[in-house]
Amino acid sequence: MFNKDRWKEILEVLTSNWFRTVLTAFGVFWGIFILIVLLSAGKGLENGIMKDFGDIATNTMFMWSRATTKAHKGLPKGRSFLFKTEDVSSIKEQVPNLRFISPRNQLGGFGDANNVVRGLRTGAFNVYGDYPEIIKQDPMSITQGRFLNYSDIEEKRKIAVIGDGVKTGLYDKDEDVLGTYIKIQGVNFMVVGVYKKKSNGGDGEEGQKQIFVPFTSFSQAFNRGNDVGWMAITAKDGTSITSIKNQIMDVVKENHKVHPEDQRAVGHFDLYEQFNRVQSLFGALRFVAYFVGILVLLSGVIGVSNIMLIVVKERTKEIGIRRALGEDPWSIKIQILMESIFLTIISGMAGISFGALVIYLINALLDMNGPVDMFANPSVSLGVVIAALLILIVSGLLAGFIPAQSAIKVKPIEALRTE
Amino acid sequence: MIEINNLHKSYKMGSNSLHVLKGLNFSIKEGELVAIMGSSGSGKSTLLNILGMLDEADSGEYTLDGVPIKNLNETKAAKYRNKFLGFIFQSFNLINYKSAMENVALPLYYQKVPRKQREEKAIKYLSQVGLKEWAHHLPNELSGGQKQRVAIARAMAAEPKVLLADEPTGALDSKTSYEVMDLIQNINDQGNTILVVTHEEDIAHMCKRIVHLKDGVIVEDKTVDQVRASQYV
Repeated sequence: MFNKDRWKEILEVLTSNWFRTVLTAFGVFWGIFILIVLLSAGKGLENGIMKDFGDIATNTMFMWSRATTKAHKGLPKGRSFLFKTEDVSSIKEQVPNLRFISPRNQLGGFGDANNVVRGLRTGAFNVYGDYPEIIKQDPMSITQGRFLNYSDIEEKRKIAVIGDGVKTGLYDKDEDVLGTYIKIQGVNFMVVGVYKKKSNGGDGEEGQKQIFVPFTSFSQAFNRGNDVGWMAITAKDGTSITSIKNQIMDVVKENHKVHPEDQRAVGHFDLYEQFNRVQSLFGALRFVAYFVGILVLLSGVIGVSNIMLIVVKERTKEIGIRRALGEDPWSIKIQILMESIFLTIISGMAGISFGALVIYLINALLDMNGPVDMFANPSVSLGVVIAALLILIVSGLLAGFIPAQSAIKVKPIEALRTE
Repeated sequence: MIEINNLHKSYKMGSNSLHVLKGLNFSIKEGELVAIMGSSGSGKSTLLNILGMLDEADSGEYTLDGVPIKNLNETKAAKYRNKFLGFIFQSFNLINYKSAMENVALPLYYQKVPRKQREEKAIKYLSQVGLKEWAHHLPNELSGGQKQRVAIARAMAAEPKVLLADEPTGALDSKTSYEVMDLIQNINDQGNTILVVTHEEDIAHMCKRIVHLKDGVIVEDKTVDQVRASQYV
């Protein structure tokens, strides 16, 4: 295989008709180029959308209570109920593999009237009563001061962590916010921290306009008793929340005397399931990229095969001479196969390199012009490049196979008669 | 050296078959220079192809240097051709993109002789046919006679048992023909067995024995007084 004479011959044959060789190579070049570019564009879209997901713990579900739709244990249907703080501890006891359970209460929301006042300024913001763990489920970076902690929860401190957007709405530009007071529905809270969320998706701005106060202080200040508005529950890594969400809902149904078959009494949103759905979309995109890329590559490979057939035809006489001189038919077959593989690999490498160059240029362009919605850092992994190379070797073999077969099928005597 | 016994060969032409060789018997001893003569269609090329293992007989026996040649697969046939036979063709059949030396070295390459030895040997045989200084020229830079001499050097390179020449002078003018025949006679003088297919009377008489083929049978097999080609050169 690594025989100097053989390589010399391969080069002699391929360079004897430069123009034809280049045209043939272009088919394969173009195929692998399309494959690489499509795959990297898919990856770019994936990166962009994943960035929108931000750092949110994706193995998370949200759960809230609704009216029951089935009568149970003497209670009528259509009954409303609320989660209680006891539900949190019973879920913790009865369901294994949970990482965080955050009970939450909320004030305000889309379209609500102004609920926060500071001096002469007012604003409508979402106010959440939360436990410190929420920062791990819905990540945010603290730009000033601190976030909530368990002392705040235990001592029911009236403190608040406000978003960047809240700060802009209620404070002057260079004003110091820490230690100041804001009035939330008539109750004073001291600002101890400012956060900023990374997410840059559709509700990116909304995400910066939130106020977090300790869960216990919230309950006390706004008369919620031990009610829980909703919960954010994250499972441990390795256990999907989707697989244990029914277990969790069964616990609360049991606690609140809800019929176990009542599907609509407990509402939930399974982030993991949504995330998986998006993931499978990317899987489909990748499939399309491979499908289209490989088909284009295939037409290139057919081109190579075609040319190799012509080359064999042209060299029929030469093959006849070689066989008359005693060349092993296998040696001829290997020669043709190697020519074909060599041609495919060289042109494929050129295609990969050119594809990489184009990706590099797109990245440079993206860097220069700032981020684009839903598209970031298109790239192909080394694995894809290796896969592409394997595809090339296999297609080179396939392209050479028929011509090689036809080369050794030629009887030397017939080949010699060809003038 | 060559032993054939009741050799038959027919070709299928559509629905009818053409019986080309109708039971040939003859033998060639080592060191002979035999001319096979006959008009076109007499079966002389077919015979040569069978002797050259390029084609297979329908029936009959063929023994080459004591080895029965029968039911060869392509790989084995290639090996035997390389080891036992050297071919000289009417149309020279040199490989165009290889230099004279590379052409001569080709059979040695198939024997997996190392490059250096191969080149040395090729040069040796090229100088034997008087073309040492043309070693690095491509075939299309050579004249017809020179091409045939390169082809003869190539046939000799593997030191075969038998040289088979198919109309070696068919594409040459008479002066070059005699030069080529002179070369063939010299090679024969060194003890090589050579078989020449020709339809030219004067060329045939430069051999030591003439076998006359007609319609697939041997009509005449005689030894002749060899005419030396050197006297015409």
